[in-house]
Amino acid sequence: MGGAKGLRFDPPSHFPEGERLRAEVRAFLAEHLPRRALTEGIGSWGGHDREFSRKMGARGWIGMTWPKRYGGHERSALERYVVLEEMLAAGAPVSGHWIADRQSGPLILRVGTEAQKRHYLPRIAAGELSFCIGMSEPDSGSDLASARTRAAAVAGGYRVNGTKLWTSNAHRADCMILLARTGEAGEQRHGGLTQFLVDLKATPGISIRPVHNLAGEHHFNEVVFQDALLPAASVLGAVGDGWDQVTGELAFERSGPERFLSSFALLVELTRALGREPSERARIALGRIVAHIVTLRRLSRSVAGMLQTGANPAQQAALVKDLGTALEQEIPEIARQLLDEEPDRAAARDFARVLAHTMMNAPSFTLRGGTREILRGMIARGLGLR
Amino acid sequence: MFRITVMSETRKLLGEAAERLFEKHCGARAMRAADGGEIPQALWRALAEAGYPAALVPESAGGPGLETGDALSLLLGAGRHALPAPLAETMLAGWLLSAAGLALPGAGPLAVAPVREGEALAASRAGAGWRLQGRATRVPWASQAEAIVVAADCEGRNLVALVRPGDCRIERGANVAGESRDDVDFEGVRCVNAGFAAHDAAALRSMGAVMRSAQIAGAMQRVLELSVQYAGERVQFGRPIGRFQAVQQSLAVLAGQAAAAAAAAEAGIEAAARDLASPTVAVAKIRAGEAAGIGAAIAHQVHGAIGFTQEHRLHYWTRRLWSWRDEFGNEARWAARLGGRIAAAGADRLWQGITAAG
Ligand SMILES: Cc1cc2nc3c(=O)[nH]c(=O)nc-3n(C[C@H](O)[C@H](O)[C@H](O)COP(=O)(O)OP(=O)(O)OC[C@H]3O[C@@H](n4cnc5c(N)ncnc54)[C@H](O)[C@@H]3O)c2cc1C
Repeated sequence: MGGAKGLRFDPPSHFPEGERLRAEVRAFLAEHLPRRALTEGIGSWGGHDREFSRKMGARGWIGMTWPKRYGGHERSALERYVVLEEMLAAGAPVSGHWIADRQSGPLILRVGTEAQKRHYLPRIAAGELSFCIGMSEPDSGSDLASARTRAAAVAGGYRVNGTKLWTSNAHRADCMILLARTGEAGEQRHGGLTQFLVDLKATPGISIRPVHNLAGEHHFNEVVFQDALLPAASVLGAVGDGWDQVTGELAFERSGPERFLSSFALLVELTRALGREPSERARIALGRIVAHIVTLRRLSRSVAGMLQTGANPAQQAALVKDLGTALEQEIPEIARQLLDEEPDRAAARDFARVLAHTMMNAPSFTLRGGTREILRGMIARGLGLR
Repeated sequence: MFRITVMSETRKLLGEAAERLFEKHCGARAMRAADGGEIPQALWRALAEAGYPAALVPESAGGPGLETGDALSLLLGAGRHALPAPLAETMLAGWLLSAAGLALPGAGPLAVAPVREGEALAASRAGAGWRLQGRATRVPWASQAEAIVVAADCEGRNLVALVRPGDCRIERGANVAGESRDDVDFEGVRCVNAGFAAHDAAALRSMGAVMRSAQIAGAMQRVLELSVQYAGERVQFGRPIGRFQAVQQSLAVLAGQAAAAAAAAEAGIEAAARDLASPTVAVAKIRAGEAAGIGAAIAHQVHGAIGFTQEHRLHYWTRRLWSWRDEFGNEARWAARLGGRIAAAGADRLWQGITAAG
């Protein structure tokens, strides 16, 4: 085929076992999830509930694709996908293990030492260890390679100084995977960065301050390192390889169902509030949104399948996230025009409450995990334009 | 680029063979000639020889014995080449005829009617045969078809009938792509042949909608290719316009729409092979149709004034995108139907509906 370079999507494969698993997950949710959960913790991948995470671990639904010897279950990426999407659609409180299951664990598995794998992975899989991501800084957002937090080699390890910002769940997490500078950037700008496994609960010199988002929620934080000492064994992967490791990690971060289901609770409440026989205008709007979601699910499962085969569909993942987050942001804008009801966080009606919450969280959908503009730049690279 | 990767080896080989045929017969001259609404003879002969027009006819009825999904996937390539011939319509006609146990009349192009929602044709017994009542508008290629295949209601049963265009009063028309779309008056027209089938006009429209989705997905892929290529060639301010971030961001959006159209069409093809009443048929037409409008607009913006002329070939695809998205039901029609199903099932079954739609 002629033309520009390719961005290929393989069709998602069918697997009947997935439907059996789906039924199991739905039964589990029916048993363990309080009915009101759906209207809570929207946009932040559910609430934080350690007990729930442990229950999921016990069912074998965390670290599903990892090797058994590290506490994993050696199941397929598509089976994992079924669990993820069912949890999100039900608004389950998954944030206690979400980050670790999605990216920290796979990263440790990929580049960690044997000792690190044995130490961390079984605990993550049991739902006992939660992680946060220490990448962004006050002066390094999209331009992550400019990170300034410094890890200076000292006897026995590293001394860390600097500030991480927007660190989701740092106040609850046990561990952070920290991106810090161990050397000079070099001509490519991407050198000199290293990732570290940081024990947030037991390392002196780390202070965590809440940053309240515009909805008044405490979700992300500022994390300040002042002469924090990290043992040499906390280096994750190779010294100086931080950039490559981080970009590999982001492909996992970008293509999942959480990139188009953030407003799903609102869609459910909208459907409920519209009733069984809504106006034609409302039916058209609902039908259109559902058509988008069905299509996104296919694209997203396609990326999951490609990740499973060991490909690195980073540009495809960026494309799915760009399409998915655009829809997530559109849903509150459509919903508010279909019902004459003002958004209100304290409303008795679920619709008004969920609308308020979703609307106020919507700006973050196209920022977190790489902004829309950065993602589109990656897609353009996939098209051979840069 | 956003190739719909094929699952079966058959589909892969079929796609490659079709690609060679389309490539050969959809050159600049053929496209220009076809723009007046004539079907290029050499192209049709080649299609007929390859057996594509009968792609949905089962082997037992003299067809090539393709699986429904493989047959429909031919239309992705057809769309990518803006194929100036009624391949989709003839496939559709063959599908209806064989469902009614009727043979294809010959090797020529066929039309189907009615294609617009709200239009219905009726048939009644007349001696040993049937006569039709009713009118159908914007029937693709009716004036140029060897025969028109209609889905009519015959006392509550679905009749599929074959009529000669010469027996009907036809008012010629065209869509904005210059493809023939004719109003046909069937009042009192005798059927050449007819048989009862499971498919009614709604099934015809569902299959047609999936076909248009596939054609749109193919055309979107080409529009993306043309735009990326042009952005790499056109130099302004001393560099290719594709180096400007604003242009890159637009093309990234176009790529997203092309990928969505492809995924939606693929879902529709799967659904059509399984169950034409599936809500996924609506998903395909809604999503591909929306992508068509966005994609055409971006492609034109990137191409500047030259893309707005007949001298540049972009219009062969964008005018088809503008036409196809409205044919066999526009996005709003299908969305109203899908949304109605969702609402009727209720909020607590919304997610199940989505996962069931594939
Ligand atoms: C809810 C939420 C949770 C988050 N959680 C975490 C976390 O857990 N860990 C973590 O490390 N980070 C986290 N982040 C930070 C997130 O990764 C950054 O917000 C993101 O990378 C963008 O950085 P920035 O906010 O500094 O914006 P900037 O990079 O300053 O960008 C501002 C604007 O400029 C645009 N822009 C910047 N550069 C370019 C360019 N080259 N071309 C075109 N446009 C450009 C951007 O697209 C954006 O529109 C979180 C953010 C949010 C909102």
